[in-house]
Amino acid sequence: MDATDNFRSTILAAPGSGQTLRLRGGGTKDFYGQALEGEVLDVSTHRGIVSYEPTELVVTARGGTPLREIEAALALHNQMLVFEPPFICTGATLGGAMAAGLSGPRRAAQGLYYGAARDFVLGAKLMDGRGDVLTFGGQVMKNVAGYDVARLLTGSMGTLGILLELSLKVLPKPVATQTVQLAMDEDAFLTRVNAWGGKPLPITAAAWHAGITSIRLEGAQAAVSAALVQLGGECVEEKHAAQLWRGLCDQTGAFFTNAMPEEDCLWRLSVPSTAKPLSQLGLQGTQLIEWGGAQRWWRTSQPAALIREAAKSAGGHATLFRATAAQKQATAVFTPLDAVHARIQMKLKTQFDPQRIFNRARLFAGT
Amino acid sequence: MNAPAPKPLIDLLRQSRVVAALRAFMPEKNVLWDAEDTKPYECDGLSAYRQIPMVVALPETEEQVARILKTCFEMNVPVVPRGAGTGLSGGALPMGDGVLLGLGKFNKIISVDHASRTARVQPGVRNLAISEAVAHLGLYYAPDPSSQIACSIGGNVGENSGGVHCLKYGLTVHNVLRVKGYTIEGEAITFGSEALDAPGYDLLALVIGSEGMLAVTTEITVKLVPKPEKQQVILASFDTVEKAGNAVAEIIAAGIIPAGLEMMDQAATRAVEEFVRAGYDLDAAAILLCESDGTPEEVAEEITRMQAVFAKSGATSMKVSQSEPERLKAWAGRKAAFPAVGRISPDYYCMDGTIPRKNLGQILRFIAAMEVKYGLKCPNVFHAGDGNLHPLILFDANDADQLHRTEQFAAEVLEKCVELGGTITGEHGVGIEKINQMCIQFGTKEIEAFLGVKAAFDEKRLLNPDKNIPTLHRCAEYGGMHIKGGALPHPELPRF
Repeated sequence: MDATDNFRSTILAAPGSGQTLRLRGGGTKDFYGQALEGEVLDVSTHRGIVSYEPTELVVTARGGTPLREIEAALALHNQMLVFEPPFICTGATLGGAMAAGLSGPRRAAQGLYYGAARDFVLGAKLMDGRGDVLTFGGQVMKNVAGYDVARLLTGSMGTLGILLELSLKVLPKPVATQTVQLAMDEDAFLTRVNAWGGKPLPITAAAWHAGITSIRLEGAQAAVSAALVQLGGECVEEKHAAQLWRGLCDQTGAFFTNAMPEEDCLWRLSVPSTAKPLSQLGLQGTQLIEWGGAQRWWRTSQPAALIREAAKSAGGHATLFRATAAQKQATAVFTPLDAVHARIQMKLKTQFDPQRIFNRARLFAGT
Repeated sequence: MNAPAPKPLIDLLRQSRVVAALRAFMPEKNVLWDAEDTKPYECDGLSAYRQIPMVVALPETEEQVARILKTCFEMNVPVVPRGAGTGLSGGALPMGDGVLLGLGKFNKIISVDHASRTARVQPGVRNLAISEAVAHLGLYYAPDPSSQIACSIGGNVGENSGGVHCLKYGLTVHNVLRVKGYTIEGEAITFGSEALDAPGYDLLALVIGSEGMLAVTTEITVKLVPKPEKQQVILASFDTVEKAGNAVAEIIAAGIIPAGLEMMDQAATRAVEEFVRAGYDLDAAAILLCESDGTPEEVAEEITRMQAVFAKSGATSMKVSQSEPERLKAWAGRKAAFPAVGRISPDYYCMDGTIPRKNLGQILRFIAAMEVKYGLKCPNVFHAGDGNLHPLILFDANDADQLHRTEQFAAEVLEKCVELGGTITGEHGVGIEKINQMCIQFGTKEIEAFLGVKAAFDEKRLLNPDKNIPTLHRCAEYGGMHIKGGALPHPELPRF
């Protein structure tokens, strides 16, 4: 029996048994989201690369495929998953990565078609709450037939259905890469990194923590060499640079793993890259900045309301990224939606999952 | 190619009620109802489809937009939003019982933020005007549809427009951070944010390319990118279209992402050359335009690599632009392909299918066979880098049989695109034009899901209701047509 038959029968049996389902791939993001409810449905059994044609720049794989496997297949042809999905090393699957919609350091790269997980989705096959298999998008770069549901599914936290299969755009690995580090304070980082962003420099990652700015340059050898002269700073040895960026991406770096006082949480603030230092808006704790200023991680015990208010006044939003179950119970993990969004999004949920079987309360209480 | 039966008779009583309701809060000059005034709005860029709208509303403020929508919602009047009206699929075709909502007066660039490389603009701002307004900062807005001198950014959001540089720089969806607008109920709604993401489902991705069916856009925040220091283009000639197609794949296989990669076959280059004298090789069966951009060092390095690939792929000749005027001349030919073809034929029908690149040779052979089968010529221009085809079927609309053959020709090509793993539309949109072909590309379950998405935003189906997503009833009917051997019912109806 095909794994999908199994999924379907489980889905169809769910409403009768009063059971909800918690979709789980590699389980690397169990910590993420509002709440884990329902019986685990292991979707990692539906796995394998369906097709990969390097000259098409497209890979299609089943949702349960470990990203490691996809990354290895791409590497044979010197290609990559551009958005650097987190937690590859610990076993993240394609379906889980796209359902969570998280992106790594290259998210805010300027210039070439770089971007977030959602920017690389070309198509998706979904099993919805009726057990039906729906196919959206396809395997071509340009496709405007119908609504872009494949992108809608990205970041939907498994609340709309099982991501059975996904087609992603991939790109060649850059020919040259070099990371440099420069000492500067937060203000200087925000000013300089935004100014660099307006210049044709091949910056594909920019982070700041504790007075040190790390910049990754990637592209043609000539472009990287020219940029090194312009930026200055200390070159980081290749192996250490890889560790540095992987550590940020997978949150295995010291900032994320250092023992944290019990009352502290890890917050992710998504703000315009030019937003002023959030300490000026009352945030206290330790901070690590990524995405050239657009993603700011805070380890803090401050109340959610204060953090949300700071994010809002900076023009963004705040997510309670890592916290204990008790802490999550006390506050919404994701920034609550306004009334119009709440209504539309709830209706969308109901369209795909009328019985509310999937990942109940993972995204918002109520979904 | 699915023009609805025109509804020439406007319900005058209903019209006067709607006009009165709108004039309660709109200046008189901004609510048009006399056919003489509304006629200029009867079609968009797909001029073969025409319908005079019942009422045209031209709001100047967001409050007016909100009130128009609220009024129409309460009176159950359909609303069709319109930008610059350059769309090629009839997405802004008015309704005889509806209000055409023209957003042309929303034509201001609200602000430009140099540091964050973003611009807040109103939907009626022309695509190219954004790049012009920020050129002094060394920045530009990347998506560049061929109509960029005229098309508006609001329309680009509606269609998820591409352009010749989207292989490297992405589509509208990759270059827009935030869309503000109103639901059909007149409620303000914001999609995306000034940050790189927003909580909840990614409705920004859903609304971009939704052909004005989910919300009415009143403000857009676009990303701006640094202008490359240098751009250079190679014109490469090939003695067969297959070789040109293979060269495209070889470029990608070599790890190169060109800034633009276009193909034109001989019929297209000959039409263009007569019109703009772009300097194309007329003996070549197909030519490629392959552009590199970046720092001068980068471009020099990449151009050398590109030339090596083309040489290996059997290019019969290559010419690299040596100056900016030379580069622009090479592109002028490509950008003028449609009007050039318009000069050599009374009418032409432009398709927009997309296929996986590897099938370029196959689809070209198929199109050549269709030319013989239907006795119609079909020059080809392609965004080869992303597999997006624009075959142009030449015909004379005054000849009913040619028109009929053109329809069948086009339908067969689009069906072939789907069969080859592609899509019926890469960038022009479904609109009214390709609505029947949606039934080929998608099954009943997907169409139902699309209708469900529509209902989540617009339960009464009032916002541009007849476009993009066919009803299941329509698909059933279209399927029925196919059983009858492709002979369309009502051949007397205009379908262009």
